[in-house]
Amino acid sequence: MISVLTPLPVLLPLLGAAAALLVGGRHPGVQRALSILVLTAVLTVSVVLLVIADSDGAASVSVGGWPVPLGIVLVVDRLSALMLVVAATVALGVLVFAVGQGSADGDEETPLSIFHPTFLVLIAGVANAFLAGDLFNLYVGFEILLTASYVLLTLGGSAPRIRAGITYIVVSLLSSLLFLAAIALVYAATGTVNMAQLAVRLQELPDGTQLLLQSMLLIAFAIKAAVFPLSAWLPDSYPTAPAPVTAVFAGLLTKVGVYAIIRTQTLLFPGGAFDDVLLWAALATMLIGILGAVAQTDIRRILSFTLVSHIGYMVFGIALASTAGLAGAIFYVVHHIAIQTTLFLVAGLVERQGGSTSVDRLGGLAAASPLLAVLYFVPAMNLAGIPPFSGFIGKVGLLEAGVDDGGWLPVAVVVGGAVTSLLTLVAISRVWNRAFWRPPAQSPARETAEAAAADAGPELQPAAVAADAPGAADTDDAAGGSTAGGGRQAARRAAWQRHTAVATDSAPATGDRAGGRSRERPLHPLPRVMVGATAAMVVVTVGLTVVAGPLYGVAERAAEDLRDRTPYITAVFGSEEPQ
Amino acid sequence: MTPTVVLPVIIGGLYAAGVYLLLDRSLTRVLLGVLLLGNATNLLLLSSGGPNGRAPILGYAEPEEMTDPMPQALILTAIVITFGISAFLLAIIYRSWRLVRQEVVGVDEEDRRVARRSRRTDADEIDPDELAPEDRPAGHADSLQSDAQVEALLAQRLPGVPSDDVDLPLGDGGNR
Repeated sequence: MISVLTPLPVLLPLLGAAAALLVGGRHPGVQRALSILVLTAVLTVSVVLLVIADSDGAASVSVGGWPVPLGIVLVVDRLSALMLVVAATVALGVLVFAVGQGSADGDEETPLSIFHPTFLVLIAGVANAFLAGDLFNLYVGFEILLTASYVLLTLGGSAPRIRAGITYIVVSLLSSLLFLAAIALVYAATGTVNMAQLAVRLQELPDGTQLLLQSMLLIAFAIKAAVFPLSAWLPDSYPTAPAPVTAVFAGLLTKVGVYAIIRTQTLLFPGGAFDDVLLWAALATMLIGILGAVAQTDIRRILSFTLVSHIGYMVFGIALASTAGLAGAIFYVVHHIAIQTTLFLVAGLVERQGGSTSVDRLGGLAAASPLLAVLYFVPAMNLAGIPPFSGFIGKVGLLEAGVDDGGWLPVAVVVGGAVTSLLTLVAISRVWNRAFWRPPAQSPARETAEAAAADAGPELQPAAVAADAPGAADTDDAAGGSTAGGGRQAARRAAWQRHTAVATDSAPATGDRAGGRSRERPLHPLPRVMVGATAAMVVVTVGLTVVAGPLYGVAERAAEDLRDRTPYITAVFGSEEPQ
Repeated sequence: MTPTVVLPVIIGGLYAAGVYLLLDRSLTRVLLGVLLLGNATNLLLLSSGGPNGRAPILGYAEPEEMTDPMPQALILTAIVITFGISAFLLAIIYRSWRLVRQEVVGVDEEDRRVARRSRRTDADEIDPDELAPEDRPAGHADSLQSDAQVEALLAQRLPGVPSDDVDLPLGDGGNR
């Protein structure tokens, strides 16, 4: 049973991608249905795997039937099964959102025939990374998901996306090369890349060699996980991508890096040589990330910076290296994948509704769409860690584990974590106040437009009309120009209004060049499928709170397995100990 | 079999050259740097297999005198991956060249804007001409492009006071 199920989360999306590519753009309906079907199947398989792994413990499958240390091994334990379930859930939600967006926009912006296969390949890569039982397969999993992410990030090939994509690709390439070099050195030192065998053999190496290998792996994974000081690429590259792409990136890609750090620190190098360094990194990641978020005015950039900042919580849990710390980190990973994806989806809806993602331009969204306000408010409070939600539970778990540790550095990080939580609240409530509750008239962009319109008189409401048809503007204004006194002055005013009209017209263009995401769209009701997908994700995040007890139980058992290490090793080698 | 010094020297040289090229702002050089780094890493993988031996084919050589085949399998995979990504990167660079006629690492405008905004502590230190148009204070000279606009502003502020300006050319109103 488990030997059939385990490869499926990798195989199904790959086969689905091939099929989706064959169907192509000719039958978009079939392609959409196929992708959703495949991801639903992946989700079902993952849930079954989690149930099996939680009741029976870890299990492994040798792909291709090669004897264990030689062939490729896939390992399912509680941690990887749990990650698979969350990843599949989030991917399904994002895919439905993207389908809704695609059918609403007529697929001009995101060519569907490329999007769906690439998205499925991305999920295959993520699943492969979670299931990989050897370092090189982990590398291949990373490369699959990264290559797919390069395509998704530069979808459409507009100038801002190309600019952001280049930074992203070069940084990712660099971390991959570092990872590959680390694999070469690990193989040279131990003669294997199988993680279960490495867990034994690495302990026999001299301390200095261990330190070198561990630091290389940690740096490579820390770049992918966006741990400070290796996090600068993330807020630079994520915000320009289309909303569903940013959402799935924010949710999944960094967490694959966190997962790899967890494996490195628990299975391969349980000595805890870098725990203090990781604690410092966690503190810096939290504080510097959240300070960046407070400084931003663009919703997607604010969210990107909070994403970096909250990676610090997970690194903190890992660095504590206690069962409680690891359990908190695992729970927080699950919570954060769901919450960050949801918030980026909401940002996509905000952009649709308000025509911008800059809080300087938005206003009055709560009145325009109360449902959108609720959809933002609930996950935002969850992110900040307001009590009933899962964010609070995860943070309390981590902070308690930190206090229990007793050292001064963990306690300092606990304080930093509390401050970060408060600053998160500041950052997201600024969005809440400005974008949702400020009267639309107060937002500067509308102010200029409305001022122009008001001056132009009732006949000239859309200011652009004045610019397009100067003759008409003159006559219209002359008709309503009795207040100004005199035809000449009326003509003058008309001339001035033409300029204001031009000026307001040019404002969005400048914004577009600067941020690339203030496209003015005509305001129409939000597509139901997109709202539905986002609402479903919000329900999932709230559901995490409801099932927090059992979930935390799974996380604790997973953490015990990780600390013990023997379940993983015996799962790969059967009952006998590897030589 | 004595260890060879050639391989480490080549690997080190490739890494050094690759890192140097990667630091350049020109994207073509960055690509070349990435290629060199990739080759250096592949050589590192190759050297991790230990001393040379005979081809690892059963019946052709005894297991003791074979080369370790594992790193070669890893290298083949790594070469394919590096090749694919380099091709993609090249396409992206070409696209960047087509779009903005430059192939250098771009500037994150939004980032610069935020940095400028937070640095603006004292109003006297600002040169309004350097601000983005939407950040300029209202009534700044640059937001008024012609005499006609100044006149219009005056007419708005002092309604009923006739202008002392006799004949302003209204034609296209300074829409130069």
